[in-house]
Amino acid sequence: MSDEIKPDELLDKIDYGPRSESGSKSEPASWMDTSVQIRPGMYCYAAKAESVETLSLPNARPWNPLEDDWKLPDNWQEILHQGIKDRLEKFRTFKVFMDICVRCGACADKCHFFLGTGDPKNMPVLRAELLRSVYRNDFTTAGKILQKIPGGQKLNGARPLTLDVLKEWWYYLFQCTECRRCSVFCPYGIDTAEITIMGRELLNLIGLNIDWIATPVSNCFQTGNHLGIQPHAFKDMIDFFVEDIEEVTGVNVEPQMNIKGADILFITPSGDVFADPGTYTCEGYMILFKYLKDKYDLNVTWSTYASEGGNFGFFTSHETMKRLNAKMFAEAKRLGVKWILGGECGHMWRVINQYMDTMNGPADFLEEPVNPITGTKFENSKSTKMVHITEFTADLIKHGKLELDKSRNSNRIMTFHDSCNPARGMGLLDEPRYIIENCCDHFYEMPPNTIRELTFCCGSGAGLNAGENIELRMAGGLPRANAVKYVHEKFGVNTLGTICAIDRAALPTLCEYWVPEVEVYGIHELVGNALILPGEKKRTEDLRFEPLPGVEEEEDE
Amino acid sequence: MNQKYLIPLTAVFLLFLIAYTGVEGAGLQWFFGIVFPYVAIIAFLAGFVYKVLGWASSAVPFRIPTTCGQQKSLPWIKQNTIDNPNTSTGVFVRMILEIFLFRSLFRNTKAAFNRNVSNRLSYSWEIFLWLGALAFHYAFLVTLLRHFRFFTSPVPSCIKFLEYIDGIVQLGLPGIMLSGVVLLAATLFLLARRIFDAKVTYISQAADYFPLFLIIGIAATGLAMRYFTKVDIIGIKTLAMGLATFSPTIPEGVGGLFYGHLFLVSILFAYFPASKLMHMGGIFLSPTRNMANNTRAKRHINPWNYDVETHTYAQYEDHFREKMVEAGLPVDKPLDKKE
Ligand code: HEM
Ligand code: SF4
Ligand code: SF4
Repeated sequence: MSDEIKPDELLDKIDYGPRSESGSKSEPASWMDTSVQIRPGMYCYAAKAESVETLSLPNARPWNPLEDDWKLPDNWQEILHQGIKDRLEKFRTFKVFMDICVRCGACADKCHFFLGTGDPKNMPVLRAELLRSVYRNDFTTAGKILQKIPGGQKLNGARPLTLDVLKEWWYYLFQCTECRRCSVFCPYGIDTAEITIMGRELLNLIGLNIDWIATPVSNCFQTGNHLGIQPHAFKDMIDFFVEDIEEVTGVNVEPQMNIKGADILFITPSGDVFADPGTYTCEGYMILFKYLKDKYDLNVTWSTYASEGGNFGFFTSHETMKRLNAKMFAEAKRLGVKWILGGECGHMWRVINQYMDTMNGPADFLEEPVNPITGTKFENSKSTKMVHITEFTADLIKHGKLELDKSRNSNRIMTFHDSCNPARGMGLLDEPRYIIENCCDHFYEMPPNTIRELTFCCGSGAGLNAGENIELRMAGGLPRANAVKYVHEKFGVNTLGTICAIDRAALPTLCEYWVPEVEVYGIHELVGNALILPGEKKRTEDLRFEPLPGVEEEEDE
Repeated sequence: MNQKYLIPLTAVFLLFLIAYTGVEGAGLQWFFGIVFPYVAIIAFLAGFVYKVLGWASSAVPFRIPTTCGQQKSLPWIKQNTIDNPNTSTGVFVRMILEIFLFRSLFRNTKAAFNRNVSNRLSYSWEIFLWLGALAFHYAFLVTLLRHFRFFTSPVPSCIKFLEYIDGIVQLGLPGIMLSGVVLLAATLFLLARRIFDAKVTYISQAADYFPLFLIIGIAATGLAMRYFTKVDIIGIKTLAMGLATFSPTIPEGVGGLFYGHLFLVSILFAYFPASKLMHMGGIFLSPTRNMANNTRAKRHINPWNYDVETHTYAQYEDHFREKMVEAGLPVDKPLDKKE
């Protein structure tokens, strides 16, 4: 990646004044007249045909976004027209959001992609207008009449669905991370993420997915997780963590896998098993479960079949989301557990919190979740019967059920990144903060406009965490990184905490690019370091095999 | 670019002139005073109902509120019951605040990027859009309500009271009604924003300028009648009462300016359902705001939920059984000992 754009070059490009594609500012042409230029660094590769075929999704074929011919089916316009029509009936959101935007511009400078690229079509309102212009033309009475009058289309801000328009949809719908920040500010709650979701669903009807979504989806369907880790390999990886943890703590934390009759089924994104620094978070979960087993005889099982918490189907279509999500309840039923515990992940929790029970419920074979150790009823999840691990751990800490040695994390000067989906699709804000405060000595918030429900996306969500679109990711992540940099400079923050597997994959790259001195930690990595396991040896290293604070000095003495 | 506001501006002028000359020159009072107002009201009502029923007939498959605060969680964690409601009471409060106070717009910020040593992105609170929008809408509402004195006899006391309040700030001039002045000023501010804020200019369509010019035209002709020219109020009341009681009459001595005003209002009504002005109805039906965030506690039903093909555990185990057994993972069906 030697041709990768430098941070300074990227910053030089930022300009929030509208401009034409060529960058000239003088007389910006109407956005409808500037056709799309698909630029390397900003787009993700096309879906491989095999991956699209796994789920028998339509129009699988090899194609290349940079070529003129996208090898579309002959009747692609008809397919999309029908697709829009169906979705207008099936989703009130879509229909209302197509009709009521007043173009007040309140959402315009709220999108991290606009803030990082200055590209006016990354203003949420324009991203939505890309579809709305076609909607106005083909689906409104006014549009149908005005079409026939010369100049009427233009007056109406309408346009027919041409190949150019389609390409523009594709380019900009895959420059939205479905983070919903725009929706917080819109006076009508218009959620451009919802429009992107519809748009991507439409693109999938004619086989226009990106490979970074299609291949994980295909893997997840067949193998149980996005990364395509087969059961024996999954077990190997976990065994490997067992060894590492034993080296650090002296305790064997061997977890249970696919065990029938366990109390709780635990599901986390496979990213946590696969790559640093998510692996340390995974080790944190394992240490916690071992502790609960030894102290309170709680049996938690993992599953290799339901070994994916995340759901890239959500970035494909509602149907694909449902097909992948079905495994969670199915596996819980097969194993006969009482309820399900979910790991740290962002979009996974949007799916669980707002879709899962509706799609694949009712989960009447499970029990209303109760923490057997504290007796706390998780009232907020009594129907879906799935609890977030930070809700669970926070409850344990509050009841004094965990022995924590905060000092082991005392070299971590923390800040916390709210992931978009838990923040704006759930409202899980204070639970992780409570855990951080109980596991670390130093915690500083980023500026108020960049956290909680106003949090900025990592820039790589919704399936955009690929390598080929690195410029897009670094630009989209700028507002996040900029706020991290601020607390780094002001308070010496050296650790960015997060509860999302995509964050754990994306933020290290982002930090390396914009604030290289900051490391990324999952919240349960902090728990894993702080938690005092029964019978553990004197720890000298943290889970990353770095010396614990104070240890080096002691040895020097 | 220019087209986008020149055409709507010209259109509003022309509409006014059509009514003015139609009345002054061609004596078409019956059309502009009776026929078109009725047509407009019918179009408004029918269109509004049609549109709202259209939205209501679309399903709400998922419960997807945008959560803007702490969820209901453990008993000792303080929930934000308004911005992340889990009950219908919470949703009700949230909606009231959205509809009457534009709560989401109140959050508005303005982003700025300083390309210097610190390269800071900063966000400052931007309240003017909220202020302008609120001023405009309330002025519009009050003005509209005040007009009921033309359509009622005797005038209900609440309308009289509203007038009294509206006229309480006299601004040094007796007889001034605050709402009319604020309406014009706020609309001009919103227009200025569209013309001078480059981002807003860029996203604006002719359909954004047209209602603004129309309302400016209505406010301007209204203010002109009230403060600058003498119009025959008795005559106008006769016409309005005639319309309201379905026994329309055309009084003598009411001039073209009034018919111009009335025509622009009629156009606004007729145009309403086909335009973005329908946000008035839409805001009530917006699923990201009018639903409780309680799907995990209470199952939401999708009316068109259908079965999908999944990859079952049995299929999975069939595929991987050998490898699973080798790795010591439990299986449902033992390996066939064929060899
Ligand atoms: C429940 C009733 C209503 C609510 C909650 C509401 C809310 C809003 C909000 C929040 C805005 C965005 C801010 C802005 O751009 O100024 C707006 C814009 C607008 N509203 Fe309403 N509105 C309502 C009814 C109406 C009605 C009855 C009209 C009729 C004339 C109207 C005309 C407009 C116009 C013309 C704009 C755009 C202003 C611009 O171009 O900047 N609204 N409305
Ligand atoms: S804030 Fe809402 S109404 Fe305003 S431009 Fe954006 S989407 Fe449209
Ligand atoms: S959902 Fe997020 S990424 Fe998409 S338009 Fe809105 S702010 Fe931008």
